Amino acid sequence: MSDPILKAGALVRVDGVEKIFHRGSEDIHVLSNLTLQVPAGEFLALMGPSGSGKSTLLNLIGGLDRPTKGTVEVAGDRIDTLSDRQLAAWRARHIGFVFQLYNLMPVLTAERNVELPLLLTSLTKAQRQKHVETALAMVGLSHRAKHYPRTLSGGEQQRVGIARGIVTDPTLLLCDEPTGDLDRKAGDEILNLLQALNREHGKTIIMVTHDPHASARAARTVHLTKGRLTSEAVQ
Amino acid sequence: MKFFHLIWGNLNRRKLRTSLTLLSILVAFVLFGFLCAIKQALVGGVELAGVDRLIVRHKVSIIQLLPESYQTRMERIPGVAAAAHQTWFGGIYQDPKNFFMQCPVVPEQFMAMFPEFRLPPEQMKAWLATRTGAIVGRNTADRFKWKVGDKVPIMSPIWLRKTWEFDIVGIFEGEKKGTDTTSMFFRYDYFDEARKAQNWGTGQVGWYTIRVKDPAQAANVAKLVDQEFENSPAETKTEPEGAFAQGFANQVGNIAFIVAGILGAVFFTILLVTGSTMSQAVRERIGELGVLKAIGFTNGQVLGLVLAESCLLTMLGGGLGLALAWLMTARGDPTGGMLPMFFFPVRDVLIGLGLSVALGVITGMLPAQQAMRLRVADALRRM
Repeated sequence: MSDPILKAGALVRVDGVEKIFHRGSEDIHVLSNLTLQVPAGEFLALMGPSGSGKSTLLNLIGGLDRPTKGTVEVAGDRIDTLSDRQLAAWRARHIGFVFQLYNLMPVLTAERNVELPLLLTSLTKAQRQKHVETALAMVGLSHRAKHYPRTLSGGEQQRVGIARGIVTDPTLLLCDEPTGDLDRKAGDEILNLLQALNREHGKTIIMVTHDPHASARAARTVHLTKGRLTSEAVQ
Repeated sequence: MKFFHLIWGNLNRRKLRTSLTLLSILVAFVLFGFLCAIKQALVGGVELAGVDRLIVRHKVSIIQLLPESYQTRMERIPGVAAAAHQTWFGGIYQDPKNFFMQCPVVPEQFMAMFPEFRLPPEQMKAWLATRTGAIVGRNTADRFKWKVGDKVPIMSPIWLRKTWEFDIVGIFEGEKKGTDTTSMFFRYDYFDEARKAQNWGTGQVGWYTIRVKDPAQAANVAKLVDQEFENSPAETKTEPEGAFAQGFANQVGNIAFIVAGILGAVFFTILLVTGSTMSQAVRERIGELGVLKAIGFTNGQVLGLVLAESCLLTMLGGGLGLALAWLMTARGDPTGGMLPMFFFPVRDVLIGLGLSVALGVITGMLPAQQAMRLRVADALRRM
């Protein structure tokens, strides 16, 4: 679980970040002078219209991309200065991702999908299996461990995605529209699960969403418009 | 090994495509095995030739005979340890398609000259005691189900144009795999006595094999032998046994070049087929590769996964192809005697295995690099 020292301060510090994409001769400013802090143990929702930069911000916090300007510090590490190789190792240690379209490997069963991040650790096969069983139990899918993604419903696939995200007990869980592809009932189940992970297991969660119903489950919601933070609400 | 189920799963993603690619690789390696066996059959004699043996033949052509009296003159030449002669008999057993070589020889000289032919001492004794006795190689004995004690009729269209009868007194084995055991040898004294009746060829032999005392001096000895018979009615051409065998092989053409040419074309095609399969496989799952990178796989690990998949595919196809070629060539000469040394050498099997790995690396390298260079955020957008 997260370092107790980090819990005292901000787990995520985004400071004066700019992100510019170059398309031909055109520069597209996606994020402008953005500053954000996320304390350990918080459930934060990032809201905003399409193109507001919320997914780009999530990518920067998750070490999938680097800012054009500014600093990103997560769990005490300045990740904007890390090399690709260092970033990969850092992500494996600190970040769990949950994607809108689940992004499971269709050729692997649910349990083998959940095991994927553990393949990068030095755990033995038996230890990995134990972790996988625990993660699947946490999302209520122990009975579907041997099933391939194509035989699971959307909600079940997303729960496998969450199990994969938490199996290494990451410092931070990043969710990109986790209910965007689900009906209301399945979406609610996923939100209940995320809320439980935050409240019962102290997991720090940052969730990108369009849906006010989803953002209402978070402890705090920040709005982005055209790459800038425009408002903030604490539930 | 912990990544094996991921690699295996990806390989099985498109079963039909993988099966067809696997099949084309398999066929290429079966062909490789067969061509190696044919090459071995045609040029294997060169590799097995004794380094200390020279062949002395008529300068004009191998079919011209040499006097038997040359033997003592050769044995007197400095550097020559021993000499033995053979003569082409060209006999037919039952049907011309049952081809195998027969030669009259002087038993003691011959067996001393060719220690790679293993004959039990009691059979050697029987050969020396039986004027019409003949020894036959294991390959031909098995082929015609001959055993010691059998009488074998062989028709010679060259010598007396009659059917000769021989008593099988021994069956020799080869010292190592590849030693030619398709030939039959019988006694020269019986042969020479009998051919007096046709008034031609008596006291003449086909060619000599001489053993030199020092292989390093073989070239000098060859020159001395040819000088000895210079300006005689039967001038000689002396060359190492390997060169002599190579000369025979070259009558078919440059075997190594032909084999390399065919295999080059086949493997180039396979390279394109497998390369295309792997490129498609990577293109189809760019998003998944992005996920792997997002959860912490390094660029190198992604490169390794794609390369491992490519190598697994080619090694599986190659391994199965080589195994099949091994089984198909294990039954030996498919021509019934024209290719006595037809087998798939272990050395070539190992080369084949190496080739399958190289094929995997070459065909996988480009898509693997493409996968390695993917930017995670871009790849995830293509899920």
